Amino acid sequence: MTATAETVSGSRGSQPPVPDGAVTVTVKIRRFNPEIDDEPRWDSFDIPALPSDRVLNLLHHIKWYVDGTLTFRRSCAHGICGSDAMRINGVNRLACKVLLKDLLEKGDKRTTITIEPIKGLPVNKDLLVDMEPFFEAFRAVKPYLVTYGNEPTRERIQSVADRERFDDTTKCILCACCTTSCPVYWTEGSYFGPAAIVNAHRFIFDSRDEGAEERLDILNDIDGVWRCRTTFNCTDACPRGIQVTKAIQEVKRALLFKRV
Amino acid sequence: MQFHKYDVIIIGAGGAGMRAAIESGQRARTAVLTKLYPTRSHTGAAQGGMCAALANVEEDNWEWHTFDTIKGGDYLVDQDAAEIMAKEAIDAVLDLEKMGLPFNRTPEGKIDQRRFGGHTRNHGEAAVRRACYAADRTGHMILQTLYQNCVKHGIEFFNEFYVLDICLTETENGPVCTGAVAYELATGEIHVFQAKSVVFATGGFGKVFKTTSNAHTLTGDGMGIVFRKGLPLEDMEFYQFHPTGLAGLGILLTEGARGEGAILRNASGERFMERYAPTIKDLAPRDIVARSMALEVLEGRGAGPNKDYVLLDCTHLGAEVLETKLPDITEFARTYLAVDPVVEPVPVYPTAHYAMGGIPTNIHGEVLRDNDNIVPGLYAAGECACVSVHGANRLGTNSLLDINVFGRRAGIAAAEYALSRESHVELPENPAASVEAQVALALSEHGQERVADIRTELQATMDANASVYRTEDTLKTALHDVQALKERYAHISVQDKGKRFNTDLLEAVELGFLLELAEVLVHGALQRKESRGGHAREDYPNRDDTNFMRHSMFYKQGEGLTADIRMDFKPVTFTRYKPMERKY
Repeated sequence: MTATAETVSGSRGSQPPVPDGAVTVTVKIRRFNPEIDDEPRWDSFDIPALPSDRVLNLLHHIKWYVDGTLTFRRSCAHGICGSDAMRINGVNRLACKVLLKDLLEKGDKRTTITIEPIKGLPVNKDLLVDMEPFFEAFRAVKPYLVTYGNEPTRERIQSVADRERFDDTTKCILCACCTTSCPVYWTEGSYFGPAAIVNAHRFIFDSRDEGAEERLDILNDIDGVWRCRTTFNCTDACPRGIQVTKAIQEVKRALLFKRV
Repeated sequence: MQFHKYDVIIIGAGGAGMRAAIESGQRARTAVLTKLYPTRSHTGAAQGGMCAALANVEEDNWEWHTFDTIKGGDYLVDQDAAEIMAKEAIDAVLDLEKMGLPFNRTPEGKIDQRRFGGHTRNHGEAAVRRACYAADRTGHMILQTLYQNCVKHGIEFFNEFYVLDICLTETENGPVCTGAVAYELATGEIHVFQAKSVVFATGGFGKVFKTTSNAHTLTGDGMGIVFRKGLPLEDMEFYQFHPTGLAGLGILLTEGARGEGAILRNASGERFMERYAPTIKDLAPRDIVARSMALEVLEGRGAGPNKDYVLLDCTHLGAEVLETKLPDITEFARTYLAVDPVVEPVPVYPTAHYAMGGIPTNIHGEVLRDNDNIVPGLYAAGECACVSVHGANRLGTNSLLDINVFGRRAGIAAAEYALSRESHVELPENPAASVEAQVALALSEHGQERVADIRTELQATMDANASVYRTEDTLKTALHDVQALKERYAHISVQDKGKRFNTDLLEAVELGFLLELAEVLVHGALQRKESRGGHAREDYPNRDDTNFMRHSMFYKQGEGLTADIRMDFKPVTFTRYKPMERKY
């Protein structure tokens, strides 16, 4: 297989009607199916789309009407489940949260969008990657409330301010946009990566939790927080608007000053 | 083919499945088989809250919650089950808090509570603050917390294993569930899981509709599998339309917005819910609000260039409330409609949201094979199940409650049953045969029909003919359409013939389930010649307790997708509440 772009169209019967106001989008997708390909290739598809369409709509159009073998994950389609992280025009985004109009210059009647799998995880097929290494890092930081002693009969009391302290990192949907945008993660796959640290942060700064020291020990490891070079790619990539780099810095500071 | 043996297998890793797994996994050897990675499940899309009469911010008790649930369900609720749910709600919330769920807090540091539709003080006097919440991502926090606790307890997951069949072994006392058969997405391999208990927690089937809050993956697989085995489905005609979907898109905007004070307005700015529900207005149950909105539009008072939606006005709540208590829906409106709720009202219209019906179970999550008998070893919980705590219309927040209360109960019951059995019952002969045949048939060359075309037409006819309002004529049209689509389904073509992550094949199989369930829904809606809860017949506008105060039970008759449906009925369980006219 060569890595040249070839435009594929109409290979699956008639196309659905083109809606009014549609623009033509050339979607360049990095494809790879180890069952048949020796190496990745690029396919291009010219399809009609509305500016209000999500990039996910374009992928569905291709899969449903042009090439059924195109493979990617998706579920909720509105930025909550974290299934469809991919590199869109070179940056990590959820395909269901990027609208075509955000990628169009004003007045454009056509454009080209490049879509690749997220980097740093093995590609299983097309845009679908092996998420196991990512979840392994998540599980390694003890991402659950650790408490000792007897449980209270009612809820644990937590002040509004204490609850607010870790609010930002509770938003994480484990989509891997942050981790797979991190240049350190690309070169050092053993690095825990931003998402695992975000989830450690969520518990380290929870006033109800008593496992901070165990987690800080884990993150003080050679593959822990000190690998972070504060390039802020992760913060830019987060579809939930989490201040990822800030969270990592707070964990570093907790390690330096041994207090939460 | 690979073979596995467990005490308990749980199918589905949303809220109900993982809540069951946490219980079962600590008692018996348990595996969770899930089509999606656990944190992708649609529990994560739930927003507003989970009700429990904690009385943290005002007087409340579980009896009021029971009553609201029964009245909200238009008296089709099994009252014993509703009472259990309302009572156990309190511990269900406290359990989640102890597992680490970051609820919003009151100034005293207790779990905060907000108002929600149909939840009232003292049997309907006024809206009560009963919903425990974490901003507008309560479902997300429940899903994350349950997954975190599965990690803590070392629960074993088989991710991206798509269960396509269960194993029923015939015994002298009827069928017993002995396992399940799964298709491994990564490899295309078939796996047989032998188990003493099998728990279905596979969620809903909202993708029969075009405009829906449901994920692409919500295709009713569990219900479809059970139905194909000749086991019944209950109350399938009752489907909930959530009032506030983003207009044209269906993306959910929580009822919690109205709980915080948002108001629905028509084109002239009128607060129209005052006319339909004078006491609790915008916080009436979802079926009533959805019908009111549809009527406003039908009668020409809709907003927008085509007068085809109404407006959710949050502007008086202020930026701070929106940013802190409703941040996600604020962002959805901005991202997908380019409307900023802080300064302008948001276009909304009802969106297909939740199946009240499903696999009939008793209060232990045991699946019924008819009105009186269970299938030993088979359990169901969550949206795929029908206990029935939601009756003809579910109250907001009661689904997050349902998955926690009955997910827990099913997990415990499944594990205890497994532990009480000394050995596994033998599997039926060739347990994988039907799945192998199904996959082979889908991949073979037998036509040119596109899955996407059939699915699009299915969704279009369901939206047009079987949604908020229904008539004999529209339902007959829908039935005719669905049956014709089933015929065409016999000629579908799957383009991807590979074994590796064949999502083309997956979508084809899912469509089969959607068609099956759509027909059951429409069939039930045609037979139920009354209006009750989420089922509104324009030609039969009143509730008819004489003829229809009973659950519907649907059985598949014969083999194949176009087989007939037999309908039967099951009595409703009453304890202390007599049916009354439903006014708010």
